[in-house]
Order: sequence, then structure tokens, then C-alpha cells
Amino acid sequence: MGCTADDVAKAVRAVAAVVAEHRVELIQLDRAIGDGDHGENLDRGFKAVVSKLDESTPDTPAAVLKLVATTLISKVGGAAGPLYGTAFLRAATALGDAPELGPAEVVTALEAALGGVVARGKAEVGDKTMVDALVPAVNAAKAGHDTVAAVLAAAADAAVAGAESTVPLVARKGRASYLGERSADHLDPGARSTTLLLRSFADTAAGS
Amino acid sequence: MTLVGLVVVSHSARLADGVVEVAAQMAPDVTVAAAGGTADGGIGTDADAVIAAIERADGGTGAVLLYDLGSARMVAELAVETLSDPDSALLVDAPLVEGAVAAAVAAQGGADLAAVARAARGAAGGGPGAPAAAEPVVSPGVPHARVAIRLANEVGLHARPAALLARTVSAVDAQVTVRLGDATADGASVLAVMALGARRGDEIEVSAMGPDAGEAVRRIEELAARDFDE
Repeated sequence: MGCTADDVAKAVRAVAAVVAEHRVELIQLDRAIGDGDHGENLDRGFKAVVSKLDESTPDTPAAVLKLVATTLISKVGGAAGPLYGTAFLRAATALGDAPELGPAEVVTALEAALGGVVARGKAEVGDKTMVDALVPAVNAAKAGHDTVAAVLAAAADAAVAGAESTVPLVARKGRASYLGERSADHLDPGARSTTLLLRSFADTAAGS
Repeated sequence: MTLVGLVVVSHSARLADGVVEVAAQMAPDVTVAAAGGTADGGIGTDADAVIAAIERADGGTGAVLLYDLGSARMVAELAVETLSDPDSALLVDAPLVEGAVAAAVAAQGGADLAAVARAARGAAGGGPGAPAAAEPVVSPGVPHARVAIRLANEVGLHARPAALLARTVSAVDAQVTVRLGDATADGASVLAVMALGARRGDEIEVSAMGPDAGEAVRRIEELAARDFDE
């Protein structure tokens, strides 16, 4: 049993709720080492996504992801817009017009999303960015799981550990890099939001 | 001829507008478009606004984009990728204000897209204290010309005269170096020329190399004779 466009839309709505719930936490994390807008921007972006989904649900999983991408790109305003936007866009492109997603397609989408984030932000593991959560997540997703829920659960678990690994790091990319040594001892907000998104996708997949 | 346009991408609408104001002063005929702030007037960058600004700035010969901070670069990149012809816009990594001024002056002089982008990139550290431009090595067979000019105009090679000189250089096919004492500057770089600090009464030496070397020197002599239209 694969995920249809409706399933993906439902998962995206759940993500929007999680982002809203964690808005203040993300703002606080970002205020410590960035410009403090991450929670606000991401919440605004996903609220706009939900409004678009309320108007109509696209026909394919890829079309849902593309709607997410274009909305985030135009509504977010901060770095999360082009980064998550490119991630969702690449995932959509990689899926083509598949009507349903199985575990293999989800892995393909995650790999494409990572490729997009790296291409856009030019960050590597250890730079204290969302890449520190996403790289281990994609590696864990690729370990031959036989359900979508298992793929996403493995990705979410690995992302949590990856995000935690950003705490001692000194930022080398993004606004936090201006702080130099003072960026250490803080969880990277982008890595944290990546974890929230993957965990939410995993929870939705496990519940359906 | 349609001039290459400029787009200033910034997190702040006021910052973008301010940079546009400064750049446009040096290049009255160049379209310099601002794309600053989010759609709701907040701090951030808006991909749709960047795309609209590129459309305003590109009159057919392309547009050069400059940006302020990291995520503005990413948004600008995305905007360029969505254009029907992504090669019509070039995103340049350059200091925002100096880059915009240098690019605007190059565009005003009729430089093509690649040359305008080069002018912006070359503005990095182009202010006072910048390393001197190497004087072009004269190779046999390549036309070259040289002239000494005593500056008689009121302000010397300050902003407007420097811009006029750089514009003149952009319009001809020659590499031009301006020398004042031991300091030299690339004649195509308005900032480098300004940084020489040449004042009224100073004698500068203009050397040119390339197919239009003679023409370049002649035009600059004329410009100085007219006191840079002061």
C-alpha cells in the first residue's frame, strides 16, 4: 500500500501543525545564534501551504510537494525558503508522475531533497546547518526498509542524533557563522526544524 | 542601444532602495531595480519580487544581480533559475554598494552582461588602499597610446568625473590605466580611479593598450579639456 496525493497532503498539514506548535522554540533557537526569524518564517510558509491545500489538492504526490516548494519559496523570506523550497522541488521532480509512493520512492525523494539543499546552501556535514540532520537521515532511510513508515522512522531517528551533533559545533555557514566560536553550545535551528519535519512525516506514516 | 540592467537584492527594502539611489546617481540611463524585503514589508527576501525586478531591469541585454547576505543569494539564484532564459541574468558575488556602483557605471558605458558582472566583481576592495592595478605590459603589434593630462576641473577625478572617465573606457576596446605619481588604477573601475585621489592641478598619465588605444586616449583628453563637463 503506497502513499497517494491525499496521504502526502495530510502529512504536509500535520507538518504545518507541528511547525506552528514549535514556532516559539525555533524562534528562540534562532535568536541565540541567528536572526531569530526561523520559527516565524517557517510558520508563515506552512500556513500559506495549508491555505493552498484548502483550495485544492493536487493529483499526484509530486504535485503536492511542488505546491509546498513554490509556496515556501515565495512566502518564507529567510534562508529556510530557498532551502526547504529547493528540497521539496527536487523531491517532486525525482518522483515524476508516480500516483503512489512506496518505500523506494520515499528514499528517492529524500535523496533528491538532500541534493537540493546541498546544491542551494553549499553546506557540508559539520557546518552546523540542516545538512547535519539531513545527511544521516538519508543514510538511515536507505538501509533497506520495507515500509514507508519504517523509512521515515529511521530517517527521523537519525535526524535527531544528527541535529544533536550540531550543539558543540562552530557554525561555518549561514548567519550563525558570523558569531564564530560563540555559535558553539547551541542547537542549530535549521537542523532542529529538519528533525521536526521528518518526525512529523514519520508519525503520519505510522498512523495511516 | 539597450543597456544592461541591475537588480539589488536585499533583506531590507530601504537598504535596496538606498543602494539603487547611489548607483543610479552615477548611471542615469541604467535601470537599477530594487528587490528588498518581504511582500508584507518585513525583513527578508522575496523570490517573486526578485523575478519582477529582473523583468524590469532586463531591457533585452540582460541584468546583473547583486545581493546583501547569504539567503538573499539563495533566493536570487532560485529566481534566476526560474527565468525562461536563465543566461539572461548573472548573479555576482561582490560588495553590495561598491559592486552596484561599479556595475552601474560599466553598464552606462555600454558594457555587455559579462563585462558589467566583471566590473562588479572587480569592485571588491576597490576603494582607497586597494592594490594598484598592474600597468598593461606593452606587447609588440598591439596598439598603445599614452598621454599626460593636467587636471584643470574643480573637483579632480572625484565621483562624477571618475564615472565619466570609466564610462569612456568601457565604451572602447582598450585596456586603460590611469597613473598619479606611484599609484595606478584600472581606468574601467570608477572606484579605483576615485581612490587615486587626483585633484585639480595634479598631472595624471593615461595609458591605453588595445585596438582602440588611440581613441581611448583621445576621448579622455577631450573629456579633461571640457573639464569633465562640470
